[in-house]
Amino acid sequence: MATAWFILLAAMVTTYVVLDGFDLGAGALHFLIGRDEREREALTETYGPVWNGNEVWLIASGGVLFMAFPTAYSSAFSGLYFGLILVLWLLIGRGLALELRHQLDNQMWRSACDVIFWLSSATLAFVLGVALGNVVRGVPLRADGFFHLPLFNLLNWYALLVGVVGLVVLCAHGANFLALRARGEPAARARRWARRLWWVEAALFVGMIGPTYAVRDEMLTNLSDHPWRILFPLLAVTGLVALLVYQRRAQPGRAFIGSSAFIVGLLTTMAAGIYPNVLPAHDDRPFSLTVDNAAAGDHALRVALYWWPVGIALTVGYFVYAYRLFFRERASP
Amino acid sequence: VSSNVTVDRLQFTLTVTFHYLFPILTMGLGLFIAWLKTVSYLGREDRRFPLLRKTPAERAVHECSARFWMKIFAVTFAFGVVTGIPLEFQFGTNWARFSTFAGGVIGQTLALEGVFAFFLESAFLGIFLAGVKRVGPRVHWLSALAVFAGSWLSGFFIIATNAWMQHPVGYERSGDKVHLRSFGDLLTNEWLGWQYLHNMGGAAITGAFVLAAMGAFYLLTGRHTRFAKTSLSIGVVAALVLCLLQIFPTGDGQAKNVADHQPSTFAAMEGIFESEKAAPLVIIGNPNTETRKLESTIAFPDVLSFLTYKRWNAKVRGLNTIPERDWPSSVPLVYYSYRIMVGLGTILLLIAGLSVFLLWRRKLFESRKMLWALMLSFPFTYIANIAGWTVAEAGRQPWTVFGLQRTADAATPASSVPAGTAIFTLLGFAGLYLLLGILYLMLIVRIVNRGPDEEPAEVPTDGPEPTATAPAAT
Repeated sequence: MATAWFILLAAMVTTYVVLDGFDLGAGALHFLIGRDEREREALTETYGPVWNGNEVWLIASGGVLFMAFPTAYSSAFSGLYFGLILVLWLLIGRGLALELRHQLDNQMWRSACDVIFWLSSATLAFVLGVALGNVVRGVPLRADGFFHLPLFNLLNWYALLVGVVGLVVLCAHGANFLALRARGEPAARARRWARRLWWVEAALFVGMIGPTYAVRDEMLTNLSDHPWRILFPLLAVTGLVALLVYQRRAQPGRAFIGSSAFIVGLLTTMAAGIYPNVLPAHDDRPFSLTVDNAAAGDHALRVALYWWPVGIALTVGYFVYAYRLFFRERASP
Repeated sequence: VSSNVTVDRLQFTLTVTFHYLFPILTMGLGLFIAWLKTVSYLGREDRRFPLLRKTPAERAVHECSARFWMKIFAVTFAFGVVTGIPLEFQFGTNWARFSTFAGGVIGQTLALEGVFAFFLESAFLGIFLAGVKRVGPRVHWLSALAVFAGSWLSGFFIIATNAWMQHPVGYERSGDKVHLRSFGDLLTNEWLGWQYLHNMGGAAITGAFVLAAMGAFYLLTGRHTRFAKTSLSIGVVAALVLCLLQIFPTGDGQAKNVADHQPSTFAAMEGIFESEKAAPLVIIGNPNTETRKLESTIAFPDVLSFLTYKRWNAKVRGLNTIPERDWPSSVPLVYYSYRIMVGLGTILLLIAGLSVFLLWRRKLFESRKMLWALMLSFPFTYIANIAGWTVAEAGRQPWTVFGLQRTADAATPASSVPAGTAIFTLLGFAGLYLLLGILYLMLIVRIVNRGPDEEPAEVPTDGPEPTATAPAAT
């Protein structure tokens, strides 16, 4: 049952990255694609009504992690203290900059909001990658289930590499989104950026295989032990190829789906490589938090399996409704 | 400030208090926006809701009021969301041992909040703000109801979490953790019902007084008078009803919960050092923890026993029956906070009562003194709400989970997050929140200065006669 929750949690985190990823990436490219105030205003309108709902996937994933694996939740959050608090401050700045941008009709106010939004989006994309990199690499867990990783130790070479991957992949995702949703000159710029970033994305994808194997050889051995899991990296490759093909054919909708599939493939590959750990220890320490020793009690997990599908079904309903509402009309004229 | 537990407590106190200022208003306004939209949508003459029926002009005022309040709601909601995320995170960052200990139980309610309440609220707020032209009047009305439901559902899951910490039920202990034994018990905790109603009542009172204060402000400055009279009337009537309900039954029920399950908290709230029969209700008095006596008291004999146990000579437990290490860490804090809450509640009830009397005599709109009082009274509803939470949280000390886990054992070990680290982030939060507070006030003042749209908003119609609701029309 804990395994079921590992899968559901991975699905929620993946949904978060695919959805919030496009507005984070669009934010990181805010000034590159929107050259003046009016263009940037138009860009924020493309994700304005939906970004907050996208971010709720992060909060809900946090809640589900707490519910299903409380030990991993408390260990990871306290051990990565500064990183997490930094993420909080960035989320505060980003959310307010985006929501309050149009509240004042003042050039300087909007410029200030744009800068905060751009910086916090780019930093968040990077920091989320760094966090993922540290999880894959493993953390110095002690016997009491806790650890302490000072801020600069978070920035080890592997985590930095994954941070760069995170930034690039989300920027590309955001560019593909804007290529689909923006109009006029910014849309053309977004298409150019999406093409350029494809090559960086592909290079990093290939370049990451070696280092990942070096820090966690289970990433590959898990695949050879369970050959069906090759589907996950295969999905990533398919997404990447589809992205290129549809960019060339100027079909931005399908290209965006390709980009989403690429992200899903990457994250599921990572999750499959970590499993059965939830929070692995590095240096082969024996204190890894796994789906067995970090999970909540049986009754808690079973009860949640009843209410979770109901809540998620409702949520998917709202999202489909909201996205159709907001994205249908802009496409038609 | 050398202990990491102290700093962790300060940081949580700061972040949770600052955060809660925003949900008080969104939960309170959510109720009134839902009401205004319902009158505007269902109050048409051709609909079969005689109690809601209004003239087109009245409905136009309701509609434009709903949109005005939604502007304030939207800004407040944005601040509430961004300041709320740090609370969930801090369970892990600063209260890691608490999360490890209790996550098996309260993880349920926190995850339920994310999955059932947050998605609902954020999705439909986006839909509401997109405007009636884009979504049509029915969806616009329903999304106002959904935003209201989402915010009150969110409150429910948070109170369910807190109720479990105040009065743990439905769990079983295994080693250094608790596991959920009964999901049903968790959601039907006897502490939960009264605490939820009392808490939401407090938020609704803030909403009512904010409506009244805004109406009073516009009347005093002679602007937007039609809007002002509507907000003021709804505000004062609701304030009176809600203030009465806040005392009885919800306040009464909540006090009984505390007396039954947290005798240490109850004794601290009332400043009872020695158990006594026929305990007096102390209106004024200073608890002296050195001499263990209430000093300079003005009291009504026997009343406390009666209020608590419905018997004039019932015995009320004093702090002397409880080992001192289980007393609330600061008895005076609990005592005075309780008195601030009850005292302000009483004054607010009187203001609301007098205003409703004047409204009934058709003098309220001209009574400048009363309008001034109403305009200046709304901040005190916030103070009463926060004071009430101080009673609940400081009263629960020295426990984080009452009777199960002490606060000293709940914080993250200093080896992971030392006091200095927490001081750094505490200062960061303090500075950031100071800026946020200034920004919030600036934006709200701006919305208030602009006021509601002067043009009567077009009353939403579904086009011709709604056939589904009018079978008699054939």
